[in-house]
Amino acid sequence: MSTAQRAKAKRPRTFDEARAMASSSSELGWWVFMRISGMLLVPLAFIHLWANNMAFNAGEIDFAYVVARLQQPGVRIFNSFLLLFAMLHGVNGLRYSIEDYVRRPERRFLWKMILFTVAGIIFIFGVMTLWAFTYEEMGSAVRALGSE
Amino acid sequence: MQINVKIKRFDPEADKRPYWADYTLEARGSDRVLDVINHIKWEVDGSLAFRRSCAHGICGSDAMLINGVNRLACKVLVQDLGTKIVVEPIRGLAIKKDLIVDMEPFFDSYRAVLPYFINDDPPPPTERLQSPEERAVFDETTKCILCAACTTSCPVFWTNGSYIGPASIVNAHRFIFDSRDQGKLERLKVLNQGSGLWRCRTAYNCTEACPRDIPVTQAIEEVRREMLWRA
Repeated sequence: MSTAQRAKAKRPRTFDEARAMASSSSELGWWVFMRISGMLLVPLAFIHLWANNMAFNAGEIDFAYVVARLQQPGVRIFNSFLLLFAMLHGVNGLRYSIEDYVRRPERRFLWKMILFTVAGIIFIFGVMTLWAFTYEEMGSAVRALGSE
Repeated sequence: MQINVKIKRFDPEADKRPYWADYTLEARGSDRVLDVINHIKWEVDGSLAFRRSCAHGICGSDAMLINGVNRLACKVLVQDLGTKIVVEPIRGLAIKKDLIVDMEPFFDSYRAVLPYFINDDPPPPTERLQSPEERAVFDETTKCILCAACTTSCPVFWTNGSYIGPASIVNAHRFIFDSRDQGKLERLKVLNQGSGLWRCRTAYNCTEACPRDIPVTQAIEEVRREMLWRA
């Protein structure tokens, strides 16, 4: 009887049996994703740096400038890709670290839930900034803050 | 010349935790670290425990952490280390006594990858032939002597003892890329699990530690690429 057959016959009792029972290629998928997103993030991050720090004089950047810039569909799409790939790549890298270094299953689950929750909130804020803000309202809100 | 040897010692019947023992002795530059340790055991303190068999870099018994690097004590010379030598047991496996660790988890992982020839076809009347090019594909990974220097140098294995480890992947590689073997999918299935080869973070510690100069990390990457097209 092979290990795989034995594991199917009952609940796994040794690590060997548990390993033989599990079957998923999700880690393979994440490995491929990390390579592709890693390569995409190099141009995405450097173009972002160049566009925000070198193409424009930092002294001229004010709220009106940011509003005008974030209303261009190209900027929104570019930054959406940057947000998506940076978040997935970074969060998955942190998940790797948690899987490697947090050995107790309950604690590992807890840390992963904290990570996914924080990452989810950051991602939602990012999407809202790029796509859901009405800049006229935000503009008056900010001006109101400044006048107080 | 006079050398100073520090050995991390542990006797489970007497000690609560490992301690450092200091030895000062005469040695020649051409002595191997194994000669030095043998000298200590034979002439200074007979209670020192360590494994060694062939003493010529083939059996893989005497892998130790020598001056911070996993090596075979029988393959490293005193003249290449200087007059201060620090010897510890390999890391990540439970210490049984002094430099002897419990190798069973290591061999369990090794057995899990089915490290033997699998071919259900009836044996031909002559040899199962293979071209020199087909043989060259897995030539490097045939050199493994199961000393555990690679697996116990791996930072993932230190914290995650259930990681299958580079040595097992190297031995899986040896059969996965053998044109005569038919067990590839079974082995890839074992390696595709959560504690299989996806835990590798390409730290390259294994490649540096291997006393047989096997490009271990490269072998792991080759198995991953194979998995990409087969899993």
